[in-house]
Amino acid sequence: MKSTRNTLCVVIVLLVILFSSKAFAVLEIEITRGVEAAAPIAIVGFPWMGTGQPPSAMVGAVVRNDLNRSGRFRPLSQADIIEKPTRGSDINWATWRLLKSNYLVIGRINPGTGGGYVVEFELFDVLTQERLLGKAIEARPGELRRVAHHVSDLIFERILGIRGAFSTKIAYITVTGDGDERRYALVVADADGFGPQEVVRSKEPLLSPNWSPDGRYLAYVSFEKGNSSIYVQEIATGSRQQLSGLAGINGAPAFSPDGRQLALTLSKDGDPEIYTMTIATGDLSRVTNHWAIDTEPQWTPDGRSLIFTSDRGGRPQLYEIPVLGGTARRLTFEGAYNARATLSADGRLIGMVHANGNIYKIAVMDRVSGVLTVLSDGSLDESPSFAPNGSMILYATSEGRRGVLAAVSVDGGVRQRLVLSEGDVREPAWSPFSPR
Amino acid sequence: MKDLMRFVVVALAAALLVACASKGGQTVESSAAPAAAAAPAADKDSCADLRGAMAQNTIHFDFDKSNVRSNDRAAVRAHGECLSRSSSARVTIEGHADERGTREYNLALGERRAKSIGEMLTAAGASAGQINTVSYGEERPVCTDSTESCWQRNRRGEIVYTAR
Repeated sequence: MKSTRNTLCVVIVLLVILFSSKAFAVLEIEITRGVEAAAPIAIVGFPWMGTGQPPSAMVGAVVRNDLNRSGRFRPLSQADIIEKPTRGSDINWATWRLLKSNYLVIGRINPGTGGGYVVEFELFDVLTQERLLGKAIEARPGELRRVAHHVSDLIFERILGIRGAFSTKIAYITVTGDGDERRYALVVADADGFGPQEVVRSKEPLLSPNWSPDGRYLAYVSFEKGNSSIYVQEIATGSRQQLSGLAGINGAPAFSPDGRQLALTLSKDGDPEIYTMTIATGDLSRVTNHWAIDTEPQWTPDGRSLIFTSDRGGRPQLYEIPVLGGTARRLTFEGAYNARATLSADGRLIGMVHANGNIYKIAVMDRVSGVLTVLSDGSLDESPSFAPNGSMILYATSEGRRGVLAAVSVDGGVRQRLVLSEGDVREPAWSPFSPR
Repeated sequence: MKDLMRFVVVALAAALLVACASKGGQTVESSAAPAAAAAPAADKDSCADLRGAMAQNTIHFDFDKSNVRSNDRAAVRAHGECLSRSSSARVTIEGHADERGTREYNLALGERRAKSIGEMLTAAGASAGQINTVSYGEERPVCTDSTESCWQRNRRGEIVYTAR
């Protein structure tokens, strides 16, 4: 009797896994171009040290994939890792020098309390044999993947001095079906594409998702009422509220760095202008005052200025204006078309859609040096979104007839494609860091 | 017994799946988008039924432009004159853009095109209260090829009668 029940449980779990992966079109990530200057790192093991059922999440594989995706590291291939030390005293340094690895990560997964785990790992500098980091992290059942991302963050930060973005999320819009069956969905997944969750689903277009700074809300534009309107939705509960449904355009919502205001585009006064709204009261304050199209506002990190797209000079370019209003200063001078700014967290880099003729690419401009660098290699690239640590830009592009996402590192060295198993994906937005 | 077990397993998996899928998700009930007016019994004053220049309800635009082209002006004027004759008639002008460029800028470009048509209608005698404009930007394309001919088809304004 008991063994039949156990079999039943295992079968249910397997079927749920199978069904879950087919319920939502799953995002798959492919790294399409490697990088020359990446630091070689050997990630060994994470063997299960307990008895009984080993954990299903492959901690080592997640860490390897994370560090590879960042473009700053080149994990050694599994085939090259023949020795598998689990403790510092087991390490034969000559082996790792011979494999030309700069760094070595060893670890183990021990059983924890209440069916959970304790993930232990150590990071070593191969040349100096110095132990750079060692930690033991508790994980409840089902949390191993999250802990693996945290391990990646710790390794990344210890070596590079930059916070890792492996524990963050991405939001994106999916479009599936044809004609009357066409459906739009706003989806949130882990930064590596794992575990997609639908936040909202509609028969009418959805666009412009934007994260609140605490990562709890998404603002977005919906056409469910026949005209564009702006909603804000709490991700955990699904509770949503219309923030703006005025006549004309209600578009391009952007949360302020303190989360209390929303910058947005409204054309209620005759042409698209940028406003700020105090979210708690709904009070509007007008920022731009020009007959041209002014849209796609983005806040600078100090919350004092907005960088936005305007065609006041003829064609779309990026401008900056104080939030309290005033003179708009043009920022972009290269290229016939520059739009849809995304700022790095330190405000130094501006990612944008940059076009000449019919070719639309993602470029990044350094505000200090003024240098503009084209990063992407498509011809219909759009919707760039910076990772919260400024290392990569996620964007939307076309591949044949399909909409796919792609990511490129800020030095252009690493490229990734993120493809939905069915339908199109567009309008990505990278979440902020979760509070430490 | 084996079939029953399989059925139970599938049903349980489906139940788990529904519980998982619906957590925090929302399905939005959309209210009806403005629909193209169907043609019932002919009313000879009804703008939607008139022939000739009035048969053209879709106006196309040049890349990045929102001015009505010279060969389309007669058609737009005809709609405007009819609106001025039929005070009960109402139109919604839907503005669209092709897929190139950013979505929010294209929303604004679509609106510019819709308004441009609207201005020509009022110049021809329609009253502002008869005209509603909405922009769908690049969100409602009529074709999805990344070619010049498809892009041209998508750069358009649609004159849709919501009352006759």
